[in-house]
Amino acid sequence: MGKSMKRYFAIFVLPTLIAFLIAFVIPFVMGIYLSFCDFTTVTNSEFVGLSNYIKAFTSKEFLNALWFTVKFAVVAIFTINVCGFLLALMLTQKIKGTNLFRTVFFMPNLIGGIVLGYIWQSMINGVLAEMGVTMLMDPKYGYWGLIILMNWQLIGYIMIIYIAGLQNVSTDVLEAAKIDGASRLQTLCKVTIPMVMPSITICLFLTIANSFKMFDQNLALTGGGPSNKTTMLALDIYNTFYERVGFEGVGQAKAVIFFIIVAGIAMTQLVLTRKKEVEN
Amino acid sequence: MKTKGKGFGHPAVFGILCGLVVVFLTPIFFILLNSFKGKLYISDNPFSWPSGEMFVGLENYTEGIRKTGFFSAFGWSAFITVASVLVIILFTSMTAWYITRVKTKLTSALYYMFVFSMVVPFQMIMFTMSKLADMLHLNNPVGMVLLYLGFGAGLSVFMFCGFVKSIPLEIEEAAMIDGCSPLQTFFQVVMPILKPTAITVAILNAMWIWNDYLLPYLVIGVSTPYKTIPVAVQYLMGSYGAKDYGSLMALLVLAIIPIIVFYLFCQKYIIEGVVAGAVKG
Repeated sequence: MGKSMKRYFAIFVLPTLIAFLIAFVIPFVMGIYLSFCDFTTVTNSEFVGLSNYIKAFTSKEFLNALWFTVKFAVVAIFTINVCGFLLALMLTQKIKGTNLFRTVFFMPNLIGGIVLGYIWQSMINGVLAEMGVTMLMDPKYGYWGLIILMNWQLIGYIMIIYIAGLQNVSTDVLEAAKIDGASRLQTLCKVTIPMVMPSITICLFLTIANSFKMFDQNLALTGGGPSNKTTMLALDIYNTFYERVGFEGVGQAKAVIFFIIVAGIAMTQLVLTRKKEVEN
Repeated sequence: MKTKGKGFGHPAVFGILCGLVVVFLTPIFFILLNSFKGKLYISDNPFSWPSGEMFVGLENYTEGIRKTGFFSAFGWSAFITVASVLVIILFTSMTAWYITRVKTKLTSALYYMFVFSMVVPFQMIMFTMSKLADMLHLNNPVGMVLLYLGFGAGLSVFMFCGFVKSIPLEIEEAAMIDGCSPLQTFFQVVMPILKPTAITVAILNAMWIWNDYLLPYLVIGVSTPYKTIPVAVQYLMGSYGAKDYGSLMALLVLAIIPIIVFYLFCQKYIIEGVVAGAVKG
């Protein structure tokens, strides 16, 4: 059937391809090229070699943002996955109103980052006002604010994926473990967790990617304040492009580094955890 | 331990879950409560009930709607989301079917390019893409639809391809032998089979596009009448000198209402779609 269809390329593929070229391929290639250039608009570029990358790696803001993002990601990934998994364990038992609980826990995930950020900004400032401080007085408030916000947003999402994984664990295996005299904790560690390893892979991957790419929540909650101490990578790139004239090239170089980090994490994560999966 | 009081499950677990429901809903109640308070009381008494002189009725709502043009933002958000989702479903499913069924070097190169685009963060291309969009006069809601088709194509094509591979070739061959053209085969035979994946793709894209802030902000900007809801919320807080928390509270409530209504009606599809999307993506 392939031959008669080949003539239909223009109808089936061309519309998507044109949009894909405009919105992704051309900007991507231009982005790589421009990261080696000095420019203010995309048409007046001048090749400068690696100087943008050197400026990016010696920029204190960029290194701070990178370190802050890593610190954020480590804690957020841990808390979100542990809480999500515990909730999933609770909700896969015979409990009344499981659907209602699931609905409520998942709901924050549908709210956009900007709106979420402002909801928590007013909440957290409300609590901090009782102590006579505001969120922008100390970066640690912004840090924990971001952690709480991210947990609120993603726990329900991660929980849903773990529930799907837990429901696939066959009851025969669990019963066999029970008959063999395994305690609840042993069953959990030795049977359930290895069986849901594929879900754990997916959830780790999702939380890491989401933590590193976070932008809207960061912008709305703290805007990077005080004095850029809570700026994460994506926001730092944005600031380099749009808040400082003449640094577009450095911004683009940072963006390329950011892309390599995000893509690299995605690959490593998949390779590492795929090995531990148990076929069922 | 047989303490299953009236079939609620383990009472301790049930209690913990109920407590967590309260915790999860607190931020929503917080903004709802404060949206009815005068703006000065929001920072002074953030946790008290809006009673007596604190209560200002719908004043925050009328102010917030006036300052940001909320209904217009809602309209543009709805237009861009619905149009983009329809366009994405139609074109990416066609593309996915073609590149799965016609095996050439070009189609497999395209497939890998679509997959590759999924790991590229938006910041990588935001500057060049918004400049290109300006040059091509795509800085309007219709242009946005094209950009969303292009940037959303990766995930959507990938998900459709995964499903097309599982459709037995015999069904399509039978249709072709009966005299269907590729277009007829696609729309009358393949498209109906793709429906479950189409729902998943639609939900994932709708959630992303409705909540997207940076792309509409960079391409359309704030000085045009085409602000979407996230751009309008950020505009209220980002650019004004004195921050009006009264309007903000009302606007946040208004921004959440459509999402919650949509969620309550399509809950089953949303949860299934998100799981399917996560597992494949």
